[in-house]
Amino acid sequence: MENEKKTVEIRWHGRGGQGAKTACLLLADAAFSSGKHVQGFPEYGPERMGAPITAYNRISDTENLVHSNIYHPDYVVVVDETLLHSVDVTAGLSEDGAIIINSTREPEELRKQLKGYKGKVCAVDAEKISLETLGKNFPNTPMLAATVKVSDVIDNKKFLHDMEGSFRHKFATKPNVIDGNMKALRMSMEQVKVG
Amino acid sequence: MGTNTRLSGNEAVAYAMKQINPDVMGAFPITPSTEIPQYFASYIANGEVDTEFVPVESEHSAMSTCIGASAAGARAITATSSAGLAFMWELLYVAASSRLPIVMAVVNRALTGPININNDHSDSMGCRDTGWIQIYAENNQEVYDNYLQAMPIAEHCRLPVMICQDGFITSHALANIQLLEDEEVRGFVGEYNPEHYLLNPQEPLAVGPYGVSPYYMEIKKAQAEAMKDARERIRQVGKDFGELSGRFYDMIEEYRMEDAEFAVVVIGSSAGTGKAAVNMLRERGVKAGLVKLRVFRPFPREELAAALSGCRAVAVMDKAEGFSGCGGPVFAETRSALYDAETRPLMVNYVYGLGGRDVTTDTFETVFDALQKIAEDGHVGETYRHIGVREE
Repeated sequence: MENEKKTVEIRWHGRGGQGAKTACLLLADAAFSSGKHVQGFPEYGPERMGAPITAYNRISDTENLVHSNIYHPDYVVVVDETLLHSVDVTAGLSEDGAIIINSTREPEELRKQLKGYKGKVCAVDAEKISLETLGKNFPNTPMLAATVKVSDVIDNKKFLHDMEGSFRHKFATKPNVIDGNMKALRMSMEQVKVG
Repeated sequence: MGTNTRLSGNEAVAYAMKQINPDVMGAFPITPSTEIPQYFASYIANGEVDTEFVPVESEHSAMSTCIGASAAGARAITATSSAGLAFMWELLYVAASSRLPIVMAVVNRALTGPININNDHSDSMGCRDTGWIQIYAENNQEVYDNYLQAMPIAEHCRLPVMICQDGFITSHALANIQLLEDEEVRGFVGEYNPEHYLLNPQEPLAVGPYGVSPYYMEIKKAQAEAMKDARERIRQVGKDFGELSGRFYDMIEEYRMEDAEFAVVVIGSSAGTGKAAVNMLRERGVKAGLVKLRVFRPFPREELAAALSGCRAVAVMDKAEGFSGCGGPVFAETRSALYDAETRPLMVNYVYGLGGRDVTTDTFETVFDALQKIAEDGHVGETYRHIGVREE
């Protein structure tokens, strides 16, 4: 049974330690700041570094009543491309939606691995952006920005403004990190390839 | 008035604790409730509360700490889950029979085995007969609101209270929440001035002495009376809280029950998912409704009888296996509540969601389909059923 589709549902696939859960919670935070009702929650189990993990967002204008996992997402975000081999990432994904993958490859090439998925396939090289802007591989910040850009679930300008505020708060003692993170968001929004 | 923000269920409980600033916390970490003492310890470290934090070596000692502190006249709190709650078992009885108004945050997790960290209600359902008041939450907002109501209930009734929420499903999910201002919380919860307490030199007393047979039964009867009387206090505090916050609470919540022919009875976060299913079914013309048990102890017998007696068929959902061989505890008590009603619905039990088995709107749709069939057939068939079990 489909949920009322006024709610935007997003499923994150990552590996333990990569920050997919953090990105999911940051997206909930940012959507909250733009006046939405939000849920951000990871699926918990016996966690290990590197093991596949899943996290979820529901974002809507009214209260979210449902507390189950998400089986028919509007968007899927894949933080680790190697998961395409082992996890059915497009399961239940809306063909009107999109999948956003952290990859150096072109969307059309990625599509071959997606079991005939007909919706949008988007790619962004989050590792490269992260290395250029932060000097380390933190793919979650660029993946968050690409997700906001592709889904338009939050007004993009408002998102950048709110994120700057939360980075200033979060990194009050390390102001040099703020610019790098903001740059990572902007670059990702510019560079994400929609195919 | 109040702050519109977003917190996880665990953060919401810790924040409520901070706003109350109780005297003593005894706690030992266990997933998924660990974050509660963790957040609270940071409030202590930052000087935001002046609570005495007792980092004990086990949950048995955590509850013992609360019992000692509460008997001395202090406001005492703790938090736990699953095996941690089980390790407190004996002390749960001591706290309740000593009539100590301890407040415990329970983050519901399957009680082993096989070992499992995910949600069901087997931990708190297992201790349903220990003499504690049990209040369950559907979402983050409710667990915060319930926590703020716990002390006004506990201290008036002289009974300990468990404030339960679903492990991970609400405890680790970020969601919107309205918080009260600190002054509003302190005004609502008030100062604790116990009538009898150990540290009162004017009135020497013993707490927890041997109960000889000529007195034991009177003590248990008084405890049972206190639990019966707690209903009125819970309703009153829920109403007072509503006047303060705009969010009113009662023993049960009836959702689209006015003309419902088919209803489910459910506890906790799955009530929200069930409500979404009810809304979809109503759009298709099915007269579906839902009753959420907010309070399980004391059991809302009269409320349930009134809410359900007009239905054609009712499904009672148990997120714990009771091993009675004929249904879960919520089913047994709900069906019993209807025994004296003039008209009774056909009633079926579904054990669901054990050890984190996901519960979706589809789950509820299946249940409502079954209820319609039961009503058509005029008989229930097998009353004791499980839903969500893989069958291959």
